[in-house]
Amino acid sequence: MSVGIVLVSHSAQLAAGVLEVAQQMAPGVRIVAAGGMEDGGIGTSFDTITAAVQQADDGDGDGVVLLYDLGSGYLTTETAVEFLEPELGERVTIVDTPFVEGAVSAALTASFGADRKAVVSAALEARTANGPGGVRSVDEM
Amino acid sequence: MTCDAGTVVAAVRAAAAAAAEHKTELTRLDREIGDGDHGENLARGFTAVVAKLDASAPETPAAVLKLVATTLISTVGGASGPLYGTAFLRAATAIGDASELDGALVVTGLTAARDGVVARGKAEPGDKTMVDALTPAVQAAAAAADSGGDAAAVLSAAADAAAEGAEATTPLQARKGRASYLGERSIGHRDPGATSASLLLRAMADAAAGGGA
Repeated sequence: MSVGIVLVSHSAQLAAGVLEVAQQMAPGVRIVAAGGMEDGGIGTSFDTITAAVQQADDGDGDGVVLLYDLGSGYLTTETAVEFLEPELGERVTIVDTPFVEGAVSAALTASFGADRKAVVSAALEARTANGPGGVRSVDEM
Repeated sequence: MTCDAGTVVAAVRAAAAAAAEHKTELTRLDREIGDGDHGENLARGFTAVVAKLDASAPETPAAVLKLVATTLISTVGGASGPLYGTAFLRAATAIGDASELDGALVVTGLTAARDGVVARGKAEPGDKTMVDALTPAVQAAAAAADSGGDAAAVLSAAADAAAEGAEATTPLQARKGRASYLGERSIGHRDPGATSASLLLRAMADAAAGGGA
């Protein structure tokens, strides 16, 4: 089994899209999208996030790594995690990192069977740009 | 004037009416420096709160506040759901199982609510958030309680101070929340969260002064 991943976004489409990209790299990992409000509107939903964490947890103690897109998503997410059964809540880590890159890195690392700390570490390292890219500082303009 | 569970229910219903009444204004403020959903979100949350109150009869002030908290957290969305939810939840926990609130207990509840918002959102006074309404509210509430004010008087002092605090957010540059993305362009607009905090407190204070339902 592996660490589960939850992707919290203000938009259901954004969460589903990032899930699609991350899942392609890591077919066997439980990745769950928690995007938008119940009525389909833009926002983050306490209930949706709660259900996603429960779904992503494989029950054998590997836990869940959760990424979010924008700051207010963190507030809802943190609140949802606080309300979980403590036994599950303590197996969840919320990571502040670029959403797409972090999700891909986390999913890939989880697919290797890495533990939660290694998955979090990979998600955080996604901050560092690597490979070919555009301008990374205005000095390059 | 006693401030029992019935009074707190009346205060929450008044807050819900205020959220509905000011929905357009709050949304307008939030369009200027945020994502434009604050009025809609708050009105939706308090509509759900009223539906819950219609279907149940919480027996203590804390039980009423806890019902408000869990409902707002589940229904509001945006940053204000977890923030207001946390505020009501911390207040409920702080006042314990008292059957009536005196001035001192209202201060205890308001202080816990403000501390909860600070803990959740990490905002400080001057960041142009609801903390700028809640912090002066807590200070004014404490002063009113010290001079012997009852629950309604303490809430009223808090509401007055919150209104001033909300007004004082206009010249500030936002350092937290969606408005912080605007940098200097956030200057010159009143903060929607501070405004809603002040409106909710005013509605609750007026209802408490009018006695229980």
